[in-house]
Amino acid sequence: MIDYNKYLNKTIREIPMSPIEKISIMAAQTKDCILLGVGEPDFRTPWRIREAGIQALEKGKTWYSPGLGLLPLKQAICDYQKRRFKLEYKPEEVMVTVGGSEGIDMMFRVMLEEGDEVILPTPCYVSYDPIAKLCGAKVVEVELKQEDNFRLTPQALKAAITPKTKILVLPFPGNPTGAIMEEEDLLAIADVIKGTEIFVMTDEIYAELTYGEYHHVSFASIPGMRERTVVINGFSKAYAMTGWRLGYAMGPKPIIDAMSKLHQVAVICAPTTSQYAAVVAMNECDEEIDTMRRSYDMRRRFLINELNSIGIPCYNAQGAFYVFADISCTGMTSEEFCVNLLQRNHVAVIPGNAFGKAGEGFVRISYSYSLDHLMEATKRIGEFMENLRQEA
Amino acid sequence: MEQLLKLIETNPTLTPKQLAVMLNREEAQVKEMIEDCTAKGIIKGYRAIIDWEKTDRSMVKALIELKVTPKKGRGFDEIAMAIASMDEVEGVTLMSGGYDLLVEIKAKSFQEIAMFVFKRLSPMDDVNETATHFVLRPYKQAGIIYHDEEEDGRSFVSL
Repeated sequence: MIDYNKYLNKTIREIPMSPIEKISIMAAQTKDCILLGVGEPDFRTPWRIREAGIQALEKGKTWYSPGLGLLPLKQAICDYQKRRFKLEYKPEEVMVTVGGSEGIDMMFRVMLEEGDEVILPTPCYVSYDPIAKLCGAKVVEVELKQEDNFRLTPQALKAAITPKTKILVLPFPGNPTGAIMEEEDLLAIADVIKGTEIFVMTDEIYAELTYGEYHHVSFASIPGMRERTVVINGFSKAYAMTGWRLGYAMGPKPIIDAMSKLHQVAVICAPTTSQYAAVVAMNECDEEIDTMRRSYDMRRRFLINELNSIGIPCYNAQGAFYVFADISCTGMTSEEFCVNLLQRNHVAVIPGNAFGKAGEGFVRISYSYSLDHLMEATKRIGEFMENLRQEA
Repeated sequence: MEQLLKLIETNPTLTPKQLAVMLNREEAQVKEMIEDCTAKGIIKGYRAIIDWEKTDRSMVKALIELKVTPKKGRGFDEIAMAIASMDEVEGVTLMSGGYDLLVEIKAKSFQEIAMFVFKRLSPMDDVNETATHFVLRPYKQAGIIYHDEEEDGRSFVSL
C-alpha cells in the first residue's frame, strides 16, 4: 500500500479542506434545500454570445488559438476597457487566460520567489492564498473590517508592509464581502505604494457589478500605478460565462510576456470557441451587462432589507452579488450558524471563515438567484431567527 | 415605472414596502404609482398561474380560430366583444394572418368545448368559419416552464 501523502507536495498537503465542503455535502443530502451558496450568475450567457460560439463550431474553428489569444479578441478587450473603465492598453499588453483564475496563478508564478511576501486583504476569494504559498511566498493577511465597509485602509496596508513585500492583492469589488473601493480609497492606497517596489494584482472580475451611483474605478487608472499593476478580469461574472472558462490579464509588457511564456507551456491557449464568443460579448453586449446589473441591484436591495428586518445586520454591500451578513448576534460561529440553518430550516449559506479567519462571525449569502427563491429563503431565515430568539 | 410593472408582473406578491426598497423609492410613492396604474387600467389585475393537470379537477383548454365578417364602421369590435362577454371564454384576440379572432376557452371536457363551438360560436351571424385546436399539453405559460421544471444546473455551492 503506497502512502501517497509521503509523495505529495508538502505545501499542498498543508492546505486545509475548505469548510464549505461540509455544507456542500449536507446541502446535497437535504431535501427541499434552498441554496444561497453559489458564486456564479443565475443568468444564461446572452444568446448572441452563445450563437457566436455555435457559429465558430459550425465553421470548424476548433484549432488552438495563438497562445496569448485571438488578436480580434485582444483588440476588443482593449476597446472595451477604454470604453468602460478608461484604461488604455495595447493588444500586446493583454493575454487571454483560462478564466480570471489562470491570470492570478500566472502572475504569482512569474513574480514570486521563496521568501517573498504577498499582502492579502481578507476575507477574500480563496485562490490567492494557496497559489502564493505554492510559489514559496508568505501570505500576510490584512483583516478587512465591517466598520470600514470591508475596504482596505492605507493604515492597515502600511502596517503589513515589510522589505519582503512583493505583491499586494486588491480583490475589489470583493467576494465574499461585496465591498468596493472608491477612487479616493484607491488614491490613498496608491500613496502608500508610491516609492516602494511593491506590485499590485487588482482582481477586477466583478468590475461590472457595482450598484447605486458608484461605477468601478480600476487601480491601474490611478496616476503612477499602471506600470506596477496587473489587472485580472474575465467574462464569467459580467457576461454570465462561467463555464466558458475565459479571462484575461493586462499589464506591463515584460510581465505579460513572462506570464505568456508560462501560459504557453502550461495550458497552450484558452478555449478557442469561447474566444470567438467573447469577441461578440466585448463588442456588442454592454446593454446585456446593464440589464443583468439592474436585476442584481433589485435583489441586493431586497435581500439586505429583509436580512436587516429579520435581525441579521447586513452592511450595504455595493458590489459583486453577495451580501456578507453579521451573524455574531446569534452567539454561534459561522460554521455552527450554517449547519443549524441548513438542518433546521433547509437553507444553505456559506460560512465567512471559508474566506479567511477575518470572515468569522459572518456568512456569505449570494443573491444570484430568482426573486421567488430569495423570498422563500428570507422567509425561512426569518423563521430560523425567530426560533432562536424563542429558545434563548 | 417600467421597472415597477415588470417586477409586479413576475412577482405580484411583493409588498409596496419591498418594491420601494428594490426600486430605491419611498413606499408611499410606490403605492401611488400602483394606484395610478390600476386607475388607468394599465394594471388589469393579479392572478395565480395554476397547473390544473396537477390537480384532481379535469380541465380542458382549446384555442379556436374564427373567420368573421367585420361590421361597417365598427370593424371587429362588436363581434369580438360579443364573444368576450361569454363566461366560458378566457380570451379573445384580434389576429393578423389567416384568420381574424383567436378565442381561448376552458371547460371540463372536450365534449363541453365541442358543444360550445357547435351551439354558441358557429351559429353567430358574423362567424363564417371556425377551427378548434385542443391544447394537449402546455410546456410554458406566462413565462413559466411546466412539467420538467428548469433545473438550476449550477453546483450546490461554489466559491
